[in-house]
Amino acid sequence: MTDAPDIHRSEPAARYTESAGRYVVIYVCLLILAALQFVIAYSNVSTFGMFARMLLIAIAEAGLALLFFMHLWAEKRGFLLFVVIFTGFVLLAMQYGWTDSNRMDTGAPYSQPNAGVVSQ
Amino acid sequence: MSQADLAMEGHAPGLVTGIPPFSVPAKKMAIWLFIIADAATFAGCLVAYGFLRNGTPHWPTPFHSIVNVAIMTFILLTSSLTMLFGVRAAKAGDKSAAFRWTLITAIGGIIFALLHIREWLGLIGEGMTMFHNPWGTSLFGASFFSITGLHLLHVTGGVIALLAVGIRYMGGRYKADDLEVTGLYWHFVDLVWMFVVPLVYLLNLSH
Repeated sequence: MTDAPDIHRSEPAARYTESAGRYVVIYVCLLILAALQFVIAYSNVSTFGMFARMLLIAIAEAGLALLFFMHLWAEKRGFLLFVVIFTGFVLLAMQYGWTDSNRMDTGAPYSQPNAGVVSQ
Repeated sequence: MSQADLAMEGHAPGLVTGIPPFSVPAKKMAIWLFIIADAATFAGCLVAYGFLRNGTPHWPTPFHSIVNVAIMTFILLTSSLTMLFGVRAAKAGDKSAAFRWTLITAIGGIIFALLHIREWLGLIGEGMTMFHNPWGTSLFGASFFSITGLHLLHVTGGVIALLAVGIRYMGGRYKADDLEVTGLYWHFVDLVWMFVVPLVYLLNLSH
């Protein structure tokens, strides 16, 4: 019994022939974006504003890493869509709890200590 | 019509022709599925952390310096680049260069882990544990150690995998594809850190 072949004929052969220069450019972009997050941390904006800016930058960083470091860009479009849509859906579905988190903080009925307690 | 033809009737073309889904080899597909599942794990932890932070008044902001975390970020990003060089060399058939880059990547991971542990020890020295800290709600310590601990666990696992696969690749037991699969995991660990840093460290700086 022989092992299954490791490389399939349908796999694009030129996937890792990108120049090292391209990798370095992406790496420098990632360093700049990471540095930008650190600069924002010391800027004079609200916590939510800071969070929004940092999250956007992190998503941009993740996109670059996924597409070029993890070579998702070189895969078939169907696979790219599978990964992005599947992961995106799961991540978006997780945002379902934020309204309840805001309720805890901003004081809907029964969210505050002693709220709804009837004194005897 | 043969018995095999009859047995395959009604199946998707991929099963009949042997072409893998999306033309992605099985090992690579497996690591991508793991990465998607692991992304959901980390996202669950980070969303839960955000939930707690948003819903807890007077969340502690104990970090005075970002030097350590900046160095850790730089090392992890650089290790991703060296991993790329390693896989590229492996695909080009340059075994010794591929092994050398993989080793450099693993060393980067070890330095990252050591810096992480040093930071943990500093925080523990200031009185922070899983269930108590001197700055406020105990949820901070629990969430901080849980998230950074999960990431540190991934880095440690990655370093072990890099060394094991690198050595076996050099010995001829593994192929370039195996190094590529390990590299995908390592890039994912790097990717997760890009979200951990702003959420867990930078938003908790004391101004």
